Amino acid sequence: MTIFNIHIFDRNGTCLYYHEWNRRKQAGMSREEEFKLMYGMIFSIKSFIARMSPTDYKDGFTNFKTNKYKLHFYETPSGLKFILTTDLSVNNTRDVLQQIYSQIFVEFVVKNPLCNLGEPISSELFKIKLDNFVRGLPYFQIRQS
Amino acid sequence: MSRQSTRSTDSRKVSQELFTLTYGAMVAQLIKDYESDDEVNKQLDKMGYNIGVRMVEDFLARSNVGRCHDFRETADVIAKQGFKMYLGISPAITNWSAAGDEFSLIVESNPLTDFVEIPEKHGNLYYSNILCGVLRGALEMVQMEVKAWFTQDSLRGDNTTEIRLKFIKRLEDALPAGEE
Repeated sequence: MTIFNIHIFDRNGTCLYYHEWNRRKQAGMSREEEFKLMYGMIFSIKSFIARMSPTDYKDGFTNFKTNKYKLHFYETPSGLKFILTTDLSVNNTRDVLQQIYSQIFVEFVVKNPLCNLGEPISSELFKIKLDNFVRGLPYFQIRQS
Repeated sequence: MSRQSTRSTDSRKVSQELFTLTYGAMVAQLIKDYESDDEVNKQLDKMGYNIGVRMVEDFLARSNVGRCHDFRETADVIAKQGFKMYLGISPAITNWSAAGDEFSLIVESNPLTDFVEIPEKHGNLYYSNILCGVLRGALEMVQMEVKAWFTQDSLRGDNTTEIRLKFIKRLEDALPAGEE
């Protein structure tokens, strides 16, 4: 049971934060390109799902799964996107992402007047709190490889 | 005399008087610095905008409301949850325009204006103009461009305090390069 990495994007596509805990394979492109690819893909998937949905939906896109990892997505009404990749044993992370938003992002970034919104997060406090929070999750465990 | 705290996570209660006095001191300093009432109104609106942009994230995090489907729902959320959460008041929503894109908030008791009287020479000052900025900033972050202004202000001699909110347009998210 592991958590691989997290991306946080704002409504303009700027990657505000990226952190990896356990990533064994790189994407083969620069970080910048990877962020653009991630944001573009998420945007496309969201709009695809909305268009192709056979019924009314409440949340829209929440996660996708491959045979090796699962990508979880949470978007706030203000356009902030939280993307978490984990292994397959993790089920529902909506609550976790919501907690990251309300207890860590809002408390340590939004409420800090020295943190400019719309720029990558440079607050050490935020990084430490997020790291501690994720490490404290029941399904976090660095696999010895 | 301390205000009932609605926040379960924050055990420190800020006295309502301290809040009112702090706001009053800030407006008084702005008047001294800028001297023109219009300029002060503009500064209050700007400050309110910066507050609103951040306050909306806190509001979304604590209240768990989803996206509103139309402007009427937005009005309800603003009056019944937003104002309640931050100022402890519930303004009434009235005077909907025919097109449904404009409405008024009637504010009965405003914690910002306790103990305040505006002298004659500042007749153009909208003392609580920061609220208009907050509404504008907060709604811009959820993709709505609005205009907010005071149509009546009890500090200027009117019977009630009325804020009018008009929906201008929907703001679209910037699309990543390559999307249509």
